[in-house]
Amino acid sequence: MSIKNRYLILLILIPWTCLSHFAAAWERDLRDKASLLAQASLRETPGIVADLETFGEPALPLLEAMLNGNLHSRRSDKRLVIADSQSAEQIPIIDAVTAEKLQDSRKRLLTKVRVNNQLRKQIRRIISRITLGSPNASVRHKAVDNMLYNLNPQSIGLLAEAKKIETDRDVLKLINLTLAINDLRTSDESQVLLDATNTVRGNLEPIVFNTISTLLRQHEANQRIQDDEFFLRQIKRVHAELQTKIKFYQLAERFYYGLSLGSVLLLAASGLAITFGVMRVINMAHGELIMLGAYTTYVVQLIMPSYIEFSIYVAIPCAFLVSGGVGIMIERFVIRFLRDRPLETLLATFGVSLILQQSVRSLFSPLNRQVSNPDWLSGSLEINPIFALTYNRLYILLFALIVFANLVLIIKKTDLGLQIRAVSQNREMAKCMGIKTDWVDALTFGLGSGLAGLAGVALSQITNVGPNLGQAYIIDSFMVVVFGGVGNLYGTLVGGFSLGVINKFLEPIAGTVLSNIIVLIFIVFFIQLRPSGLFPETSRVSK
Amino acid sequence: MISSYKRGWYSENKIKSLYGFLSFLLVLSGAVSFCNVYIPRESPLHVEIFTITLLGKYLCLAILALSIDIVWGYCGILSLGHGAFFALGGYAMGMHLMLQIGDRGVYGHPTLPDFMVFLNWSELPWFWVGFDSFWFALFCSALLPGVLAFVFGWLAFRSRVTGVYFSIITQALTYALMLAFFRNEMGFGGNNGLTDFKDILGFDLQSDAVRVSLFLCTAMTLSVAYYLCFLLMESKFGRVVLAIRDSEERVRFLGYQTEIYKVAVFVFSAILAGIAGALYVPQVGIINPGEFAPLNSIEAVIWVAVGGRGVLYGAVIGAVLVNFAKTRFTALFPEEWLFVLGALFVLVTIFLPRGLIGLAGDRPSNSGETSRREF
Repeated sequence: MSIKNRYLILLILIPWTCLSHFAAAWERDLRDKASLLAQASLRETPGIVADLETFGEPALPLLEAMLNGNLHSRRSDKRLVIADSQSAEQIPIIDAVTAEKLQDSRKRLLTKVRVNNQLRKQIRRIISRITLGSPNASVRHKAVDNMLYNLNPQSIGLLAEAKKIETDRDVLKLINLTLAINDLRTSDESQVLLDATNTVRGNLEPIVFNTISTLLRQHEANQRIQDDEFFLRQIKRVHAELQTKIKFYQLAERFYYGLSLGSVLLLAASGLAITFGVMRVINMAHGELIMLGAYTTYVVQLIMPSYIEFSIYVAIPCAFLVSGGVGIMIERFVIRFLRDRPLETLLATFGVSLILQQSVRSLFSPLNRQVSNPDWLSGSLEINPIFALTYNRLYILLFALIVFANLVLIIKKTDLGLQIRAVSQNREMAKCMGIKTDWVDALTFGLGSGLAGLAGVALSQITNVGPNLGQAYIIDSFMVVVFGGVGNLYGTLVGGFSLGVINKFLEPIAGTVLSNIIVLIFIVFFIQLRPSGLFPETSRVSK
Repeated sequence: MISSYKRGWYSENKIKSLYGFLSFLLVLSGAVSFCNVYIPRESPLHVEIFTITLLGKYLCLAILALSIDIVWGYCGILSLGHGAFFALGGYAMGMHLMLQIGDRGVYGHPTLPDFMVFLNWSELPWFWVGFDSFWFALFCSALLPGVLAFVFGWLAFRSRVTGVYFSIITQALTYALMLAFFRNEMGFGGNNGLTDFKDILGFDLQSDAVRVSLFLCTAMTLSVAYYLCFLLMESKFGRVVLAIRDSEERVRFLGYQTEIYKVAVFVFSAILAGIAGALYVPQVGIINPGEFAPLNSIEAVIWVAVGGRGVLYGAVIGAVLVNFAKTRFTALFPEEWLFVLGALFVLVTIFLPRGLIGLAGDRPSNSGETSRREF
C-alpha cells in the first residue's frame, strides 16, 4: 500500500474520530449543564435553562419533559430522567440526555424538577427558538404550525426573524399565513389588514375563516377599523369566497359519505340482486350470510395474528367460500323444496337466519368482536384542511365497484352466466336444452351468497362485528334491489348509490333515525308510482 | 243470525265447529278463573294468578294470530307488519294507563308522565290529549291501526303491490315505526316505552280480581272476534276474499274491484290486532318500541303457520301452543329457543304447509282441491 493511499485513509478517518469525540464531548457538557437542574433553586433555574438553549435540538426532549412536568432526578445518582407515568409503582424511565432506556423505578426514588409558570413561558420560548432554527424543514413546519394556534407577541417576533432566513417554500408560506393572521387580529391600519387579507385569501384552515369572520363582525360593530369602503368590500369578498368554498367542501364530504354508504349498500345488495333479482328467491338469511363473512374475517385474523396486513387477502376468498357454501346448503336443504312458493321461502329462510344468528351467538359470544384494520386501510387522504377521504371507505368503494364489475362479467359473459339467465327465464326450456337446472340453481345461489360474504369482509372494516350485524342491512338491501328494479343489475348499482347519497343528504336536516325513516317511506311511495323499480326489466319472457 | 246466511255457503259441520270452539273457549276460561278464585290455595286444582295472566297473554296473542290468519290464510296477503298494529293499539292503551298514574310517578308531577318531566317538557303534547278517557283510548287503539292499515293498504293494493313485495314493505313499515318510537322526541317514552302502570278504571292493576277480569275480558273478546271473523269469512264478502287468494286476476276479470276487498280485510285485521294490543298491555304492564321489532311480527306469522292457516281455530291453537312452548322452553334453555323457533320455521313450511290442522286431516277453509296459487 502506497503512502498516498495511507494518507487518504487517514484523511477519511480523522473527521470521523473527531466527530465522535466531539459528540461525546457535548453530550458530557449537556449532561453537566443539565445535572445542575437537579439541585438548582427556582431562582437559579432560568439561567441554567437559558444555557441549555445553546445545545440546540439535543436539549429538546429534556426541555419538553421539563415543560410537561415529567423531568425528574434520580435520588441515587442525581441522574436526570424522564418519567411519563404518574403511578406509584414501577415507572418506566429514560435518560433525559441520551434517551437511553433505564431500569424501571419507583415514584419515591425520584425527585421532580420544579417549574413555575414563568419558567414554563421561558421554556416554551426556547423550544420555539430551537425548533424554528432547526435545519430540518419538517421540524420547522411543525413549530410554526404550533404557533399558528397559540399566537403571542413573542412568537410573532420569533417568526418575523425566522421569515428572513427561511428558505423552504412551504414553511415560508405558513409563516406568512401566521403573521397575516396575527395582523388580522391585532392591527388597526387598513393597509396592513388589506395585505393580510390578500395573503390568507382562499386558505381553508379553519382558523382563517374564524379570524375573518371575527374581523367582519368587529367591523360591522364599528369597533376597530375606521370606515373604509374599499377595505370592507374586499374583506366581505374574501369572507364570501371562503364561505362558498367551505360549503362546497362540506357538500363534497357529504357526497363522499353518501357514496361510501352507497357502496356498502351495493355490496350488501349485489348478492341479493342475484338470489332475489335473478332467481326470484327471497332469502331472508342474506343478512346472516353477510355476518358470516364478517366473522370469517375475524377468524382469519385469529389464525394469523402476526400477518394482519395480509389477513384481508386471505379473508376475501375464505369469506366467499364460507358464505357461498352455507348458501348452497340452504338452497339444497330448504329452498329447493319451496320452489314457486315465495311466501313460504321467505318464512323458511327467516328460520334459517334465526338459526345462523343463534349459532354464531353460541359459538363466539353475543358480544361484538373487534376486527383490526390493516395499516394501509387506516388513515385518510387529506385533500385540504377541511376535506379528507378516509382510506377504509375509499377502498370499500373501490372494492364494491370491482366486485360489481366482476358480477356483471360473470352474468353477461361466462357460460355459467348464460345458464343462470336461461334458467331464470324459462326453467323447462333450459332443462330441455340440457342444462342441469339443479346444479345451476345451487351455483347461482352460492354465487349470491358468496357475494354476501364479501360484503361481510368489507363491513368488518367499518363496523363492529356481532351476531346482529346482518339484520341492519337486510331490509336496506331489499329496498335497494326493489328500488333499482328487480332483475336489473345496473338498477342495483344506481339504486345503492342513490339511496346512500339521499340518506346522507337528509341526515343533517332530519337526523340519522328520521332520515332512515324518510328513505323507507320514500321507497314505499316510490313503489306505488313505479312498481317495478327505477329500471324495469325488459324481457320478452312473459311473467 | 246465522240462519240468514245459510244459503249453502257452508255446511252444518262448520257451524258446529264454531259453536264447539266458542263454548270450549268460554267454558275453559270460566273454569280456570273459577279454579283461581274459589278453590283454596292448598288444593291441587288451584290455578295460580301467574298462570291466569300468562293465559291472558296467550289469548291476546291468539287474537293477533286470528287477525293474521284473516289476511294471510284467507286473502293470501302475507303481512310481516302486523306487530306494528298490535303495538300501536298497545301504545294507545299504554298512554291511557300512563295518564292514570297521575301524581304517583317518581317525580310526582300531577299531569305529566315521568319521562316527560325527565325531558323537561312543560305540558302534554297535543297527541296525548284525550287519552285520560278510557273509552277514547280504547277507541283509538282500534282507530289508529285501522287508519294506518287503510292508508298503507290502499296505497299498496291500488298499485297492485302483491306477494313478497308487500311482505317486505310491511316489514319495512314496522321497522321504520320501531326506529321512530325509539326516539325520545316522539313523546312515547323512547327506549323505555310506557310502564309502571298503577290502575285501570280505578282498580288496582296488581290485584288478583283485576287480573282475572282482564283474562275473562280477553277470552270474551277473542270469542267475539272469532265469531265476527267467522261471519265475515262465511259471507259473500268472504267468498270473494277467498277467490282473490286463489286467483286475483280471475276475480278482477269477473268485475270485482279486488283492491277494495283487500283493503277492507286488511283494515279489519289491523283493528283486530290493535284491540289485541290494547288488551295485552295492561296484562304485561309494559309497552316499548321492541314490540315493533320485525321479529315479533314474523313470529306471529309462524304461529298461524304452525296451527294451520285458512282455518280460524288453527291460528288460535298455533298461537297458544307456540307461546306455551316458548314459555316452557325459554325457562329451561334460554339460549336454544331461537334454534327451536328457526327449526319451526323451516320444518313447518317444508313438511307441514297446512299446519297441525292439516296433520289432523282438516282442510283449509273452502279451498277444495283446486290448485292454490301461492302469492
